[in-house]
Amino acid sequence: MTGFAALGAGLAALAAGIGIGLIGSNSVQSIARQPEAANDIRGAMILTAALIEGVAIIGMILSFLMN
Amino acid sequence: MFRTQLKYIFLALFSLTFAINPALANTDTVANEGIMLINEKSIAHEEVEKEETDIVETILHHVSDANENHLGTMGHTHLTIPLPCILINKETKKVSFFMSSAFHHAPEGIIDGYKMEHSRVVDAQTGKRDTFYDLSITKNVFNMLIGFVLLTILFFVIKSSYEKRKGQAPKGAQSFMEPIIDFLIDDIVVKNIGPNYKKYLPFLLSVFFFILINNLLGLVPFLGSINSSGNISFTMALALCSLLVINLNGTKDYWGHIFAMPGVPKWVLIILTPIELLGVILKPAVLMLRLFGNIIGGHITVLSIVSLIFIMGKMGQSMGGAAAGGAVAFPILLFVNALELFVAFLQAYVFTLLTAVFIGAAIEEHHHAEEHH
Repeated sequence: MTGFAALGAGLAALAAGIGIGLIGSNSVQSIARQPEAANDIRGAMILTAALIEGVAIIGMILSFLMN
Repeated sequence: MFRTQLKYIFLALFSLTFAINPALANTDTVANEGIMLINEKSIAHEEVEKEETDIVETILHHVSDANENHLGTMGHTHLTIPLPCILINKETKKVSFFMSSAFHHAPEGIIDGYKMEHSRVVDAQTGKRDTFYDLSITKNVFNMLIGFVLLTILFFVIKSSYEKRKGQAPKGAQSFMEPIIDFLIDDIVVKNIGPNYKKYLPFLLSVFFFILINNLLGLVPFLGSINSSGNISFTMALALCSLLVINLNGTKDYWGHIFAMPGVPKWVLIILTPIELLGVILKPAVLMLRLFGNIIGGHITVLSIVSLIFIMGKMGQSMGGAAAGGAVAFPILLFVNALELFVAFLQAYVFTLLTAVFIGAAIEEHHHAEEHH
């Protein structure tokens, strides 16, 4: 079962990685297009990244609990 | 002014060291210390598989709560800060109160039917923790109190320098804290809550600085592996505060949007209302898990990299392996610790930001401009 828990944590990290990667690429693009809005975009970026990260953390904690 | 205050801080920290009690080594506890154990013979003959579970146990031991603050082991001397144990037996309702150092002097290490195992008080007969309530000042509570005292001193220093230097440029600790507080007010609180932000400002600032100081204390080495903000009870208490502040201040609109979302067909509400109700609980629950997971994850990463030295040195058998492990582990550790420093700030910021966003959503006045066309 330990292996499956680790696999689940890995999948959660994978999904969150894709999500945060998309946020990062898009926010860098939008900052490049509109440098004057950089502060607003950065705030929104961190907020969204934090929301996605929550999912990865839940996966990690579940894998702790399954161990 | 600040310098004299700094002296008091050092004095307080120094007086703490008097509390350190070099209790004599107990071979049973030494055998379970894994990481401290480079020179112990008993480990030398263990199999590889045993070593691995040993390391996992050691890591979990270092991130979990304890009834004494174990700073380290020098040779055969344990350096521990004794902490008060307050235990209530579930059946007899008997309240036991003693310092954790009393276990080292008690006959067979048993007091009132309790004994110390892996720095944790357990039932002497069953070896489990389910027969009593543990209301002790544990390691986490103790470290949290240190953080609380440091914060209180810091903010009183700032308060007095604001009173003394009215209308002048900030100086010392004041000029360090002012930009942080300004940033919090402008970029987090006002932006997300709006003009009525003053009511929520004390709560949000307290949350931010309390999380921050506990995160930062967790990064200080040789203080008995502080992990108070990486404990789920700590984050749960904070998330509970957020839950109460968000929902007790919720406007009619906020509750209206939860129980009966305007502009949605009646039959959809059957599905939507339970989801929205779940969201009320889920938002603070994810706040709790995010902080907990980030901090404990960081600590486990650091401890795993330290364990690399012991794995490569085969738990004290091979000096060369340990040196190679150290050479690999040191730069990685440096990097991970720098990352953790960033995460300590980021998580305090994120917790405060999300709480402010949720409060802002709860107290927002909806105008429904589209309905009045």
